[in-house]
Amino acid sequence: MRFYRSHVLVCGGTPCILEGCKAVRDALTEELKRRGLDEEVRVVETGCLGPCDLGPVIVVYPEGTLYEKVAVRDVSEIVEEHLLKGRIVRRLTGEGRLAGIVSYKEPEYLECQERIVLRNCGIIDPSSIEEYIARDGYRALAKCLTEMEPCDVIEVMKQSGLVGRGGAAFPTGLKWSFTANAVADEKFIICNADEGEPGTFKDRLILEGDPHSILEAMAIAGYAVGAERGFVYIRGEYSLSIERITKGIEQAKAMGLLGRDIFGSGFSFDIEVRKGAGAYVCGEETALIESMEGGRGEPRVKPPYPGTHGFLGMPTVVNNVETLGNIPRIILNGPVWYRGFGTPKCPGTKVFTMTGDINSKGLIEVPMGITLRKIIYEIGGGIPGGRSFKMAQTGGTSGGCLPGEMLDVPMDYFTLPEMGSALGSGALLIMDDSHCIVDIAESFMRFFVRESCGKCVPCREGTARLHHIVEKIAIGNGTYEDLRVLEDLSHAMQKTALCGLGQSAPIPIMTMLKYFKDEFEAHIKDKLCPTGTCRL
Amino acid sequence: MKTVEDLERIRKQAQAMTRLREGKETTRIVVGMGTCGIAAGARETLSAIMDELARRNIQDVIVTQTGCIGLCEQEPIISIMMPGTEKVTYGKVSKEKARKIVASHVVNGQVVGEWVIPTG
Repeated sequence: MRFYRSHVLVCGGTPCILEGCKAVRDALTEELKRRGLDEEVRVVETGCLGPCDLGPVIVVYPEGTLYEKVAVRDVSEIVEEHLLKGRIVRRLTGEGRLAGIVSYKEPEYLECQERIVLRNCGIIDPSSIEEYIARDGYRALAKCLTEMEPCDVIEVMKQSGLVGRGGAAFPTGLKWSFTANAVADEKFIICNADEGEPGTFKDRLILEGDPHSILEAMAIAGYAVGAERGFVYIRGEYSLSIERITKGIEQAKAMGLLGRDIFGSGFSFDIEVRKGAGAYVCGEETALIESMEGGRGEPRVKPPYPGTHGFLGMPTVVNNVETLGNIPRIILNGPVWYRGFGTPKCPGTKVFTMTGDINSKGLIEVPMGITLRKIIYEIGGGIPGGRSFKMAQTGGTSGGCLPGEMLDVPMDYFTLPEMGSALGSGALLIMDDSHCIVDIAESFMRFFVRESCGKCVPCREGTARLHHIVEKIAIGNGTYEDLRVLEDLSHAMQKTALCGLGQSAPIPIMTMLKYFKDEFEAHIKDKLCPTGTCRL
Repeated sequence: MKTVEDLERIRKQAQAMTRLREGKETTRIVVGMGTCGIAAGARETLSAIMDELARRNIQDVIVTQTGCIGLCEQEPIISIMMPGTEKVTYGKVSKEKARKIVASHVVNGQVVGEWVIPTG
């Protein structure tokens, strides 16, 4: 092990890669070598740090100085001034919310945030199992295997109150208990990393930034329910996530943290990666399983649920990436600690990807029950260009749309459904007052028409009809009767569609009709768009 | 890896490797790297410190730089800060002196009095 006097962390999350962080990293390595500093200064490529709109981001330790929007031409200055002479390059430390960060460990902008799932993201080198172990990695697995019975692990999960973070919010401990109680020759754990919601990229960044936490959690789940094989079902487009998780599996196997007889406990667990082919519906757990078995990506009729009849007909736990990301911390710190975050009914945190009309875009983790106002104005830095907030959509395209009057509603998996909305998977799309609601509705419904798998009538026909009617209103041919049909059809789809896709596709339309009906009516009655931005 | 103790051992090693990112209180060696310092050979002094630490496999020391502190005729200057003790500043630290300071002060806690710049 070499001793380095400085570590330069280069954010290597996909958003920063798009901004050119790889060229910056190469230039940095080159410049350090040129000045003979390469044996004193270590360059570490990390996962996503969070402030994606400021990329490429680099952090220099031991000072913890954060430089934003670093270009290749800035590299020699950083090396000469900071790494050679020890003078911080103020020009690049930003003027906004990240200015003057002395140590990235406790930056002010993280004040409203609570990092459980993202605790390692941007802080460790995701391709190094040692750096994960340094931050208590695999200790939770060791604790389970050496000190706890499988039923104890499930009991801890139940007490923690953790619910599924993929959007459905099913209690994780309960889900595990169904599989644990099932009698079968073989059982499976599947990590659902088929993150398909437009605007959601949290699972991608978690896998890129901290792959081992997911592997560890899967092994814990396997021990709890009695499964010896796990699969990470991941979107084929997520090449960096696939690369990092695959490397993680190899490292864990080489160290004996996966494979046969882990920690001499007699428990064996192996993980394979399966790539999805890009169908939105395959994020639905039964369609995912169908696709893993080689069939068409179409959902199955439930019940039976995968917990008892899943992959190859065997009991299978399917957990979302973010759900799994919570588990090692819950095991190590206990359910009481976990319940200290969030709300009594919905403990813990939620990871969001903020996009749209907001000053700071990126990856955040906040306690459950936080208000939209706090996220937008305190963490997100408000709406750009002096415009005002119009609506936020939580949870991707199938999520609900929240208007200005909902800014102070606590955001969690139980409060929002009571208001006819949904928290969903973790996208947070912010829109200002320049957007036309009907136009947005049309584009959302166009997405669902394309992504409906066509197996059940309510979804196949329903999405097409919803789109058709919204389009009619958008071009000024709508009638009041259309609004009634939209509502009826939405209710019918919610009640009768086979899977989550068809059941949640009408949610954006329903919430829009609830909160922005006047805008639909303006398109019908006056043939005018109040925002003046759509095709009318 | 076969036991929990193995994991603990790897954890300890790995923590030493990433300690400087944790911002925890530890020994700091600060080298003056203003123009005056560099002209007087601070670069070689810094390299010697790094080499000496590596040779002795010392992981929990932070080595960092600072600018000119206004004592240009004393350069290269290094300061050593250890938790719970006063800062000690050394002047005219050649490579050889730097190695001795690491051995005596950082490792054994013995300040090398004759090279210290008196302060206050």
